Order: sequence, then structure tokens, then C-alpha cells
Amino acid sequence: MSPWLPILMAVPVVGAIVVALLPKGSDKLAKQVTLLVSLVVLVLTGVMAAGFDPDGDRFQFTAAYNWIPSFGVKFGVGVDGVALVLIALSAVLVPIVVLASWHDADGVKTADGTLITPKRSVKTYFSLLLVLETMMIGVFAATDIFLFYVFFEAMLIPMYFMIGSYGGAQRSYAAVKFLLYSLFGGLLMLVAVIGLYVVAGKSTFMFPELVGAIQDPTTQKWLFGGFFIAFAIKAPLWPVHTWLPDAAAQAPAGAAVLLVGVLDKVGTFGMLRFCLELFPDAAKAFTMPIVVLAVISIIYGAIVAIGQTDMKRLIAYTSISHFGFIVLGVFAMSSTASAGAALYMVNHGFATGALFLAAGFLIARRGSPFISDYGGVQRVAPVLAGFFLVAGLAGLSLPGLSSFVSEFMVMIGTYESQAHGSGALTVAAVISAIAVILAAVYILWMVQRTINGPTAEPVKAFKDLNVREIVVLAPLVALIIGFGFFPKPLLDVINPSVHQTLTNVQVPVSTIAEKGTGQ
Amino acid sequence: MNPAIDAPTIEYGTLAPLLIVFGAAIIGVLVEAFAPRYLRKSIHVPLTLLSLAGAFALVLVQVLRGQVSTAPSAMGALAVDGPSLFLWGVILVLSFVCVLLVNDEGHFVASAASVPGSADEEGAESVDNGSGHTEVYPLVLFAVGGMLLFPAANDLLMMFVALEVMSLPLYLLCGLARRRRLLSQEASMKYFLLGAFSSAFFLYGTAMVYGFAGTVSLSGINHALSAGSGLDPLLLIGLSMLGVGLLFKIGAAPFQAWKPDVYQGAPTPITALMASGTLVAAVGAVLRVFWVGLGNLDWDWRPVIWVIAALTMIVGSVLAITQTEIKRMLAYSSVAHAGFLLVGVMATFGTAEQNAVSLKAILFYLAVYGVTTVGAFAVVTLIRDPGGEAGHLSRWAGLGKRAPMLAGTFAFFLLAFAGIPLTSGFFGKYAVFAAAVSSGTQPGDPIGGWMVGLVVVGVIASAVAAFFYVRVIVLMFFSEPAADGPAIAVPSMGTVAVIAVSLLVTVGVGLYPESVLGIANDAASSLFIR
Repeated sequence: MSPWLPILMAVPVVGAIVVALLPKGSDKLAKQVTLLVSLVVLVLTGVMAAGFDPDGDRFQFTAAYNWIPSFGVKFGVGVDGVALVLIALSAVLVPIVVLASWHDADGVKTADGTLITPKRSVKTYFSLLLVLETMMIGVFAATDIFLFYVFFEAMLIPMYFMIGSYGGAQRSYAAVKFLLYSLFGGLLMLVAVIGLYVVAGKSTFMFPELVGAIQDPTTQKWLFGGFFIAFAIKAPLWPVHTWLPDAAAQAPAGAAVLLVGVLDKVGTFGMLRFCLELFPDAAKAFTMPIVVLAVISIIYGAIVAIGQTDMKRLIAYTSISHFGFIVLGVFAMSSTASAGAALYMVNHGFATGALFLAAGFLIARRGSPFISDYGGVQRVAPVLAGFFLVAGLAGLSLPGLSSFVSEFMVMIGTYESQAHGSGALTVAAVISAIAVILAAVYILWMVQRTINGPTAEPVKAFKDLNVREIVVLAPLVALIIGFGFFPKPLLDVINPSVHQTLTNVQVPVSTIAEKGTGQ
Repeated sequence: MNPAIDAPTIEYGTLAPLLIVFGAAIIGVLVEAFAPRYLRKSIHVPLTLLSLAGAFALVLVQVLRGQVSTAPSAMGALAVDGPSLFLWGVILVLSFVCVLLVNDEGHFVASAASVPGSADEEGAESVDNGSGHTEVYPLVLFAVGGMLLFPAANDLLMMFVALEVMSLPLYLLCGLARRRRLLSQEASMKYFLLGAFSSAFFLYGTAMVYGFAGTVSLSGINHALSAGSGLDPLLLIGLSMLGVGLLFKIGAAPFQAWKPDVYQGAPTPITALMASGTLVAAVGAVLRVFWVGLGNLDWDWRPVIWVIAALTMIVGSVLAITQTEIKRMLAYSSVAHAGFLLVGVMATFGTAEQNAVSLKAILFYLAVYGVTTVGAFAVVTLIRDPGGEAGHLSRWAGLGKRAPMLAGTFAFFLLAFAGIPLTSGFFGKYAVFAAAVSSGTQPGDPIGGWMVGLVVVGVIASAVAAFFYVRVIVLMFFSEPAADGPAIAVPSMGTVAVIAVSLLVTVGVGLYPESVLGIANDAASSLFIR
């Protein structure tokens, strides 16, 4: 029984209550309290992560309390390597998002005074953010599948209000679409969760006890389907991706970072942990169809991104392409690809987070998300332009930046995977490599049209980044570059956990994962 | 020489909660007859609340002393078993909070008999100065007494009496709304006519089943079934007619048509009582008839209930989407929830253990759904236009900005209806679905595989239902308020208490469901007396 994870989950929610109960007119205090709480969580996470032993037990910092004995549900938490890095990702992103959204609820005005979003309740926004942080930590920390499900569904609600109340012009449409898509997937998963409990007959939802509990291949396939559809909607995978561009484009930039950077990772995290380990036979049986969907996502997301006129939608489509890579890595059934996928989850969070926030700073200055409204930002705001460029390059997986390592590992791992005979996955890897070129097109073309070229008239009034904005972007860029050259700390934590997963799926674990880290 | 007639044995201790409620109702009638007008209300309110609280205390005493009876009471007419006591407790709590709403000024007409808009009515209003009918209190008590009797009735005749005692006061109460009199009278008339039809069906079914079994006692019928072939036309006709009568009361499709009209027209506190208390009582009665009386006829009724449950969930959630009136929308939502409850009724199959699991799920669902429903209707009473409650959904636009606390509370109730985790509604839905899936794995169930199918239908219906709940949240929070928006009434202490208690229960059970589940578990483990 380790108190770490329950404390990590309790701190933000207590902070949220404090923020919500602050007296009227204490907006500034609310922001400061939120920032303080999120920094405390970050520090606690850091201290906890330092105590994680990569070679120790799979699940560490475990705790389990009886929650609903009548249903056999425990409040069971614990982290393996993948969960730990994703919790760390959330803990890093939240304070950054708090700083980035500092004025989002105050009523965003452009340089020339046009109101983009009206003034809204600051306290509500920041307490929703903290509630969301509790749920993000909870969903990755849950080792009880029922508890996982509860967080999986409940975290939709704060995000729904963040999009619906604080987003752009089409916010209510986007929020409802987001919620209904996710709820539908979640409800199918609920049936599978119930089925898992009943068929396994172990009277528990604890994940470690349920691994290997379902032997019948047909049952495995049905239950796998219930889990996978929910995760595919969340991830999102083509053809159930259509909610993401709307939600990400309408959400305030900070919420979009958490939505794409963390919430969607729950989908790929769930595939890696639950779909593979609970239903290994079904996962192998469905590998080819899923790989095909993943490759379609990779190419389709990239091509559609090229055609976007709205920056946030463009970034959302690039994410669909990147999620395709992650799903491909998860189902390639090789340790290199799986470790690459897990690493990609973290790196994508930093890269896309930086890109969304930099684009958000651009949009806040001009009041328009459309690429065609910009041009020549570099001359008036060189720092902003520089950050935007670096974030963009991370998005196209430039060597030396963190996304490159993970994308490369996924492709190498898939190429060498022996699942389904030698040829099938090799072809998938080759096709997905086309996306590398497409990525260069969509990112560089966007960068060219916004920050290069002649300075557009309204852009001339742009102020460069202020200190707060630099403090937001600098740590992300530092992480992108740092993990680009030295991914070892992350891989050291991820690898044992991924090997454990693949052992449970009975895939031979090779040592390519270690080779793949070569710099 | 005539044989001596033995005096019937009545277990007064066991039946005390029932007797208190009926006794208080009769005293209420006497108060109406003899007490001066200005005193009536100040006598009725404490009398009603105290009798309900007292009855609840007596239920508690029985449970805490471990005196839950294991044999039928009152010469076999009533069965006050574990589930009955649980349902009694739930009904008493719900009716107590509904009376707090009734107590709020201005919901009831001063003179129901006068023509709407006539001089008579105006006159009655001015004399009374808006204090309205005080007859509502004894009427509510009679209805509550009927609700208590309904799920505890152990023979069909007693069940019919309970049905009428419950329904007749409700028909009247529906017609007493102070605003929009014609709508209210129409609701009352519709409810009365359709209700009378369904009662006739029930009675006719009782006669048919009597023809088959030679008895109206539920256990006697079950006994006759185990002996006979089970394919007697009398039995099948009787069974279907009983089903019509009972399913009408819970508002299952295709007998749901009365719900939206009646819920809309009735005074909102009465709507709250019907949507919570009546549903609890009726589902209890459905369980008792199908499980105790027709337990040996599973084969015949379960496929039919399968279809009705699926239809009810789909009809309720799909039709709710098109509603523009908040009470009508909640009515269709109540239809959908009746469907979810029927999924639980289907799951009472197989071993005693499985039966207890399903029963626990239904009892839990009823308790948490009832509380949330009363809370939601209590909020509805507060959003007012000059002509009464602001029922039209467009009037709710932007409420989140004008009254954030109230709108937030209502949004939370809606999320509970939709079954979002960390609300009580989620665990209710989960319990019912889990019971249904696990009943599908019971050996010897010819329609076992279909149970999972029913759960999938239920899940899809939930997703559809989520849409219209969320639509109201969108209206309240993401739309700009109308310039001449509705007034938010200053709530009375009673209404505040009702909303606060409902919210606390919905949140509390959502975070720690074991609190209520444990009690439901104890109540269900003893099962119905068969």
C-alpha cells in the first residue's frame, strides 16, 4: 500500500474545490492557486517517478481499497512504466496549460480590440482543469478495470464543459459531437467490461488477476471488439475520427492540448494494456484489419491535413496521422514497435502541445485561425515564429527532435515484425513511410504561409511573445530537443513494461528495442 | 348450527407502517370536514409529514430488529418481506420529499370544480388568497398508502385494491394544477380513462387466471402452474391481461402514451410523486407478479418482456429527442428508464443467487432514480414565467449564466439520468446491465444469448438518451440567455431541502454506492416470499 497515487489524485481535486469556493472577483487568486496546485502535483510526480525501479515489479506504488464490494470493485491503483510516463506527461502539461490559458476565460481580444471570446467564469475554467487532472492521473493509474472505466467516462464531462463553455463559435456543436462519440464508445466498452467480469468469473476487476482469464477465442473476440471500438474512437482512428478536428478546433488552445495530448492517449494506452493483454488471441486475429485502419489513418490524416485552411484543424489532422503510427506500433507485435508506440505517446504530447500552444498564441493576436490571414510573422515577432517553427519541425519528426526517435522505432519495428508472415507488416511499414514526406508538406507549407513571406497588414501590429508565453513554450521545446537526443531515460522506464505486455501476448521479445535507441 | 367464524389474524406490528399512513389519511379527511379553513393547512402539513416519518421509522425498526417476516401476513393477503420493506422505505422517503414540494405555495388550484377562467374561480382564488386546496394532503396520503400496498400485495385481488387506492387519488390530484387549468384537466381525464381501462384489463386478467388456478393468491397460482401444462388458454389470456394492466402503470411501450400528457398537465409536485413513488410501487408489483406468481412460466413471459423492454427503451429515448417541453421530455426519459428496469426484471432467472443479484440491482436503481427524479422536478418548479412554470425548453436557454447553482444542479441530475460515471445513475444502470449479462450465462436459459443482445439495445438507447439530456445542458450553459428570460422563483425552505437532499444523494451514492447497495443487498438476499 503506497499512498503516492491516491495523494497525487487527491491534490488536484482538493485544489479544484478550493478554487471553486473562492469568493467572487478573486479571478487572479484562482489562477495562482491553480498554478500552485498543478506545480505541487508536478513536483510530487517527479519525486514519485524518481523512486520508480524499472527492473522491479511491474506495478509499483500500488494501493487497493475496497470501494464497491457488492460489485467486486476495488479502488486499485498502481503504475507500470508506460502509465508512469503518461502520468508524468499529464503532470508536465497541466501547469503549462494553466499558464497558457491565463487570459483565455477573461475574454480574448485581438490586438485591434475585437473580442474573440467573451468573458466567462475564470474560477469554473480552472477548477474544471484541476478536476480533469485528477481524472487523467486516475485513468492511467487505475489497475482496476472498473475504476479505469469510471475515469474513462467521467473525464469527458470536464472536457465537455471546457469546450462547450470556453470554445470558439461552433463550440456547442463540437462539444456535443465529442461527448456523444465518446459516450457511445464508452457504453460499448461497458458491455465488454461487464462481459469480462461475468465470463472470467473471478469476482474482481483487478487487471493483473484478469490477464489470461478469458481463454475462449470467440468470447475474446467479442470482448476485444467492445474495448477496441471505445479506444479507437478515443484515439481516434479512421473512420471514427471525425469528432477530433471539430473538438480540437473549437476548444480553447489549452484544452485542445490536454484533449489531443493526454485524453486521446487513453485510447492508445488502453489498446496496449487492455486489448493486447486481456485478449491476446483476438488481438492477433485482428492484427491485419487494425493495421490497415492504422495505415489509412496515417496517410488519410496527412493528406487531409495538407488541405486544411484552419491551423487548429490542420494540427488535429496531423494528430490523426500520428495516432495511426501509435496504433500501428501497438499492433505490430514487436517489442521495438510497441516501445516506439509508447514513447510516441509521450513525445506526441509534447510536440503537439507546443504546436497547439504556439498556434494559439498566433490566433490570440490575430483573432483568426485561418492560415491565409497570416504571413511574415517572423519579421514582427521572431521569437514566436521561432518557437512555432521548432514545434512544427517536431510535428514532422525531424531527426534530433523527440518525435523522430519514436516514429523511427515504430517503422523499424513494424518492418521487422514477423507477425502474419514476413511480408504483410513490411508492406504496412513501407506505405506508412510515405507519411514522412506528406508531414514535411503539411508542416512546412503551413509555416511558410504563416511566418515567412511578406508581412500581412494586420500582422504588422503583432507583439512578440511576452515572458509568460515564453515560459509556456520553452520547457516544451527543451523537452522535445532533450528527448530527441537522449530518449534513454524514457525508454528505460518503458521497455520493461512493454516487454511484460508482449510476454503476456506471447510475442518473443527481441532486443531490437535497445538497438533502436541508437542516436 | 353455523360454524364459528374465526377472527382473521392480522400482524399489526408488521403492517403498522401501512396502518399509520391510512390512519393519517382518514384523520386528514376528518380535518377537512371539521377544522376551520384557516387552521387546516397548519394541521395537515405536520400530520402528513409526521405520519410518513413515523411509518418510515417503523419500517426501520422492523429492519433493525431483524424482524423481517418470512411468511405472508394478514391471512396471506400481504407479504411484508425484505424487498417489500426496502420498497416501503424508498416510497416513504420519496413521498416525504414530494410533500415538502406540495407544501410550496401556488401549485394547486383553489377551486378545482369551477370552470377555468370563470368568475367562480376568480372568487375562490381571492377568498383563499392562493392557499389552494388542502384536500391534497389526505389525497396524497391515500395514494402513498396504495403505493405501499401495491408491491406488498400477495394476491391478485389485494393487488387490484391497492392499484385503485393508489390511482384514484392520483387521477384527482392531476387535475388540480393552478396554472394552465385546461391542460391539467385534460391530463386528469386522460389519465383517468386510460387508467380505468388498464384496471379493467387487470381485473379481467385476474378473473381469467382464477379460472385457471382456482385461486387468486400468487403462490397458489405458481403452484397450479407447476402442476398444469402451462398452455391453458385461460391462463395465457389472463397472463397477458395482467401484463397490460401492470405495464401500463410503469409506462412501458406500447402503453406509454399517457405519460407525457399526464406528467405535463399535473401539478409538478404530483408529477414528481408519480414519476418516483408510483414507478417504484409498480415495478415492485410487476416483479412480484412475474417472479412469485408466474415463476414457473418463465418460458412464456420472458420473450414477451424482452420485446417490451427493448421497445420501451427505444421508444422512450427516441421520442424524448423531439420534445420541446421539459416535463414531457422527463416523461419520455421516465419511459426509457422503465425499459432499463424491465431489463432487470428479465434478469430474475435461474439460481436464487442470480435472482438476488437482479433484485438488488432493481431495488438500487429504483431508489437512486426516484431521488434524482424528485430533485429534477423540484428544480422545474422554480423556473417560472408569468403564466406558470417555464416549461418550453427554449426558455431554459442561458440559465447557466443567470442561476449557475440551480442550472449546475439540474445539469448534474441530467448527467445522472444519462448514467455518467460518478453519479448514482451510472451505478443503477451498471447494476441492471451486469445482472442481465450474468443471467445470460445461467445454465438452462434458452434465451441466454438474447440477454446480452438486450443489454446492447439498452446501451444504444442510453447513448441516444444521452443526446437529449446533453441538449438541455447545451441550452442552459452554452447558449446566450433570452432577453426576457423566465424568473427564478425564490425557493421555499422545503424546496431547497428537497433539491439539496436529492443532490447529496445523487453525488454521495455516485461516489460511494456501497452505502445504498449494501442495504439493497440485505433486502434482496431474502428474496420475495414465494
